[in-house]
Amino acid sequence: MVSGGGPAELGDLPLEQVRTAALERAAALGCSHAEVRVERLRSQFVALRDGRVETTVDDTEVGVGLRVVRRGSIGFAATVDLHPDAAAGLADEAAGLADATAAALGRPVELADEPPHGEVQWSSPYEVDPTTVAVADKVALLDDWSGRLLGAPGVDHVAARVLAVVEDKHFADLTGTVTTQRRVRVFPVVEVVGVDEGSGTFESMRTLAPPVGRGWEYTAGAGWDWDAELDQLPSLLTEKMAAPSVEAGTFDLVIDPSNLWLTIHESVGHATELDRALGYEAAYAGTSFATVDQLGSLRYGSPVMHVVGDRTTPHGLATVGYDDEGVAGQSFDIVRDGVLVGYQLDRRMAVDNGFPRSNGCAFADSPLHVPIQRMANVSLQPAPGPGPGPTTEDLVSGVDRGVYVMGDKSWSIDMQRHNFQFTGQRFYRIEGGRLAGQLRDVAYQAQTTEFWGSLEAVGGASTYVLGGAMNCGKGQPGQVAPVSHGCPSALFRGIRVLNTRDEASR
Amino acid sequence: MSMSPPHEVVERALAASRSDGCTVIVEDVSQAEVRFANNTTTTNGMRRDRRVVVVSFRLVPGAPAAPVGAAPTAVGVASASGDVDVEELVRTSEGEAARAGPAPDAAPLVDPSGPPGGGGGFDDPPVLTSPAVLDGVIRGLGDAFARARSAGNLIAGFATHGVESVYLGTSAGLRRRHVQPAGTMELVARSADGRRSVWSGAGSSSFDDIDVYAFEERLDRRLGWAHRQVELPAGRYEVLLPPDATADLMVSLSEAMSGRDAEEGRSPFSAAGGGTKVGEPLCPMPFELRGDPAEPGLECSPFLTTGASGTDVSVFDNGLPVGATRWIERGTLRRLRYHRAAAGRAGVDPAPPVGNLVLTLPGASRTLEDMIASTERGLLLTCLWYIREVDPVTLLLTGLTRDGVYLVERGEVVGAVNNFRFNESPLEVLAKAVEAGCTERALSREWGEWMNRTAMPALRVADFNMSSVSPAT
Repeated sequence: MVSGGGPAELGDLPLEQVRTAALERAAALGCSHAEVRVERLRSQFVALRDGRVETTVDDTEVGVGLRVVRRGSIGFAATVDLHPDAAAGLADEAAGLADATAAALGRPVELADEPPHGEVQWSSPYEVDPTTVAVADKVALLDDWSGRLLGAPGVDHVAARVLAVVEDKHFADLTGTVTTQRRVRVFPVVEVVGVDEGSGTFESMRTLAPPVGRGWEYTAGAGWDWDAELDQLPSLLTEKMAAPSVEAGTFDLVIDPSNLWLTIHESVGHATELDRALGYEAAYAGTSFATVDQLGSLRYGSPVMHVVGDRTTPHGLATVGYDDEGVAGQSFDIVRDGVLVGYQLDRRMAVDNGFPRSNGCAFADSPLHVPIQRMANVSLQPAPGPGPGPTTEDLVSGVDRGVYVMGDKSWSIDMQRHNFQFTGQRFYRIEGGRLAGQLRDVAYQAQTTEFWGSLEAVGGASTYVLGGAMNCGKGQPGQVAPVSHGCPSALFRGIRVLNTRDEASR
Repeated sequence: MSMSPPHEVVERALAASRSDGCTVIVEDVSQAEVRFANNTTTTNGMRRDRRVVVVSFRLVPGAPAAPVGAAPTAVGVASASGDVDVEELVRTSEGEAARAGPAPDAAPLVDPSGPPGGGGGFDDPPVLTSPAVLDGVIRGLGDAFARARSAGNLIAGFATHGVESVYLGTSAGLRRRHVQPAGTMELVARSADGRRSVWSGAGSSSFDDIDVYAFEERLDRRLGWAHRQVELPAGRYEVLLPPDATADLMVSLSEAMSGRDAEEGRSPFSAAGGGTKVGEPLCPMPFELRGDPAEPGLECSPFLTTGASGTDVSVFDNGLPVGATRWIERGTLRRLRYHRAAAGRAGVDPAPPVGNLVLTLPGASRTLEDMIASTERGLLLTCLWYIREVDPVTLLLTGLTRDGVYLVERGEVVGAVNNFRFNESPLEVLAKAVEAGCTERALSREWGEWMNRTAMPALRVADFNMSSVSPAT
């Protein structure tokens, strides 16, 4: 049944013929497992620079991909040709590739069991399919937003852009699970730039509005107050241009959800992917310090740290009904009371480490790519009740000398997820429990378990915001996944703060 | 495959066009890959992709003329993959052009009488790869896994080969075809305890030159270097960047070379007081940074194709010849990227992006081995990772060293060092370089998936800023 906005629109494609041709041929070739995906991805991207159109993209990707397991070896083949004969041919190609690489197979592949789900449909909640909104109407919205900011004091340039995606996906495997799903997401961004030509420097200030699993209604105010945020950008930029450069040192940080989501993504989300912990990403994305021998014992952070992985959050970018291995979406603890208690799994990784069932984290970003383990919505929980829990102001009031961090900008973390460095959109000095104006040139740098160990308090549910990214990269060939991360404001004690201008000097 | 030949798709779309101008691109891709980890193959795939892009142009009567003499023109772009309904795609792009205002990047369609470029005839079929291209690698991996198991090591990596056949046609009569093969081989070897980890990678157009055993030998040597481990603190070090690590930094530099950003004062190439730094010296050594479609071994498309306009590229410029471009010459900034309309406004020559990147120091002939031998004390790196821009004013980048940092003393590698987070600008790296080696083919580990064709020298850089220690191995 459809639980959300509207059904996938794949009715014009020969779904049944394609999936039957591929699966029957795979079965005839003796494959122990076969799963086929037929997808249509509609993507529109519009970018304006200083109120003039710079880029428009209006793209439709269709294709079919088939993954098989034959004699313990995996083969994947895919094509944009949706003729049933081509789909049957994929089975021969995939099985042939499985055979060809069997010579270099160290041990046979197994997949964790998943009960068949029959024929099911699912959709993410949305009101207006954003790809039914004409490109010209998207341009008109961004033009309106740009026009409000161009000419404002201190604003020299305005960039406005929006990405909208509708992902329609039909999946079937040899056990009889047949899913048809639609996911809708949009990401509008506005950035203002101020230039100080005399000194040859410049600064920018960007909206904090996150990408969301919603329709075009998001741009009209469903879930975000765009007018309020756009109104503030010029004065925030002007204040940043005039702000003093930070003095490098050790500070207490109050981190806003608009920045903390990305720190969670990098230092918790990726570190608790089981494929990384087991070494399957050793050559590319990397491994993890959170090795499986420490499951249940690793002190990840302070006792107030509770992190949940889920593929069920409303409007979450990683939310699904069923994943790309036919596993139902689930919710599970990753860090509880500051201790590592769970990993994100796909069916292969689950078997590899003795888990009875996958928790539904397989995803392929295209019908032409093989599903791999990708991130669930990994979220830091707010302070539990009873009571509302601390506000952001409450957290700030507990800091004598610190920095309040808002908005994400630059990010980097090492290949085992220890050492990270982040910047942000804006930073405020905290003095004696109060905000005391913006600072420039700030970056914070820490080691993951030390950082989370210094987490003294999380804000209450009123501070909780679902942030996220459209473009998380992983795998070879590279795949891009959308994912959300919710979190409250949070207080960290004694974090290293760098001055980025000092870092650049000789 | 039951899909139409690409050149027919181009002609059908152009015939269906009712607009004042039309450009059609067909990108046909054939790809095969083998991925492996923990001494076993993991995901092995092959795919056929095809994307059709239709750009429709509509003259806008009465609008002010574009500054470069082009008639005011609105544009609509639509793309789709697979066996596309060409008529529908053309109508979609025309519908978008009908509602669009005059495009700021308008320029006349490219003159078809220029050099044809590309190989073969426009009617030739797309070129396909085959999993057989990787047969030698797969056989070699089977042996490598067995040796790794007995040595107590774990091997992971990726081998991929693909061919992209691009067909471009315009209503001005231009027809171009370019076939681009590209491949990459990357291998990581780790000791079972995870304390020692080494990487080697290479770009290749054919895989004829890829020998798994040679990769293993390089990695074994480095694993051997790592038997002695040395802990060093954060600080400023003399470093030897091998060509692969130089590529990581120079690709980042190249991507910042937007002419328009520089003119608007929001680029490291903006001059204080206005204008750009073109003509200004960037570094004391006479480095040359160039792109050239005819670069031996790194051949790439001699004409531009793009399915989307951006700050420095324009759909109006499809088919524009791409020639040898010296971005930096004798240490002086010479060119920045411009599409034709922006170049016209700036009074400079257009400079489209080139599909390869080469850094040379004229006369340099020493190898990395030579440079190690003449090092009193320094750090030899392998490659850089997770590189992100921290400050666009200075082009300050952060990132990590990965899979091999070695201490060199009195001309010899004496042990492996912990990893570091660096904070450095590639502009500073060029300015602080005190020696460069001969230029050779290199693979950027960070950017190699989309910028596969680079040739770089090893660099000796003084006072490289290692901001903190990373315990990652």
